[in-house]
Amino acid sequence: MRHQKGGVKLNRTSSHRKAMFRNMVTSLFENGQVKTTDAKAKELRRWADQMITLAKRGDLHARRQAMAVIRNKQVVHKLFEAANERFGEINGGYTRITKIGMRKGDAAPISLVDFVGGDEVEKGEKGSWLSRFTALGKAKADKEAKPAAPAKEAAPVEEAPVAEAVEAAPAEEAPAEEEAPAEEEAPAEEEAPAEEEAPAEEEAAEEEAPAEEEEKAKE
Amino acid sequence: MALPKHKKSKSKRDKRRTHQKLTAPNVVSCPQCGDPKLPHHICPSCGTYKGRTLIETD
Repeated sequence: MRHQKGGVKLNRTSSHRKAMFRNMVTSLFENGQVKTTDAKAKELRRWADQMITLAKRGDLHARRQAMAVIRNKQVVHKLFEAANERFGEINGGYTRITKIGMRKGDAAPISLVDFVGGDEVEKGEKGSWLSRFTALGKAKADKEAKPAAPAKEAAPVEEAPVAEAVEAAPAEEAPAEEEAPAEEEAPAEEEAPAEEEAPAEEEAAEEEAPAEEEEKAKE
Repeated sequence: MALPKHKKSKSKRDKRRTHQKLTAPNVVSCPQCGDPKLPHHICPSCGTYKGRTLIETD
């Protein structure tokens, strides 16, 4: 009987399943979100919630237990550093699953796994999820102490891409302008440009094309 | 051993198959962009679900 036996088997051996979910939970904490099939996503919640519970406990034994699952040591340390700050107010259910749709190829239902309460952090800011949410903690502290501090930090970062964009823009516009008039002139000047542009392979089409253009010109 | 006495006619075969039908997926319009999407799913055109942008779309 399978009474009181939780979890899903997913047509895998125990070792295969364990290895797979260790990889997945590590990726989830590294990147903050994971795309996977619905069934695996639902099982992944158990692993992720368990890790966060350990991280909130925070003692050495909990850290070693988390190390036994998560394959990246730095991720474990960052998680333990930041878990209480981010998930301290929540009791379980730290993950959120949102359905994406069917995967091309095998039509498997795919969903996105991420963490609840990360809306403020995830908007626009890049970098790893853990660094982002430790950054949020710093931003909150700065806001309480000095409201202007985060704005100053953000400003130089925004300026750099803009400057690059300005430099890149003329270079991109120049060829575009050269091409555009040529295309516009082609129908107006009748046969000559059209014949130049047409490839040698389409000789038959080339012969027909000017004829049509002449008719249009007559009309 | 029991064996069928007669071949099933084309009519009988086709009548049996009248119950084999495909069902169309339930499609709703996205509250953000109005494009069609599956219910309880992220909108494929704007990448949002319940007001949060979850997927980068072009």
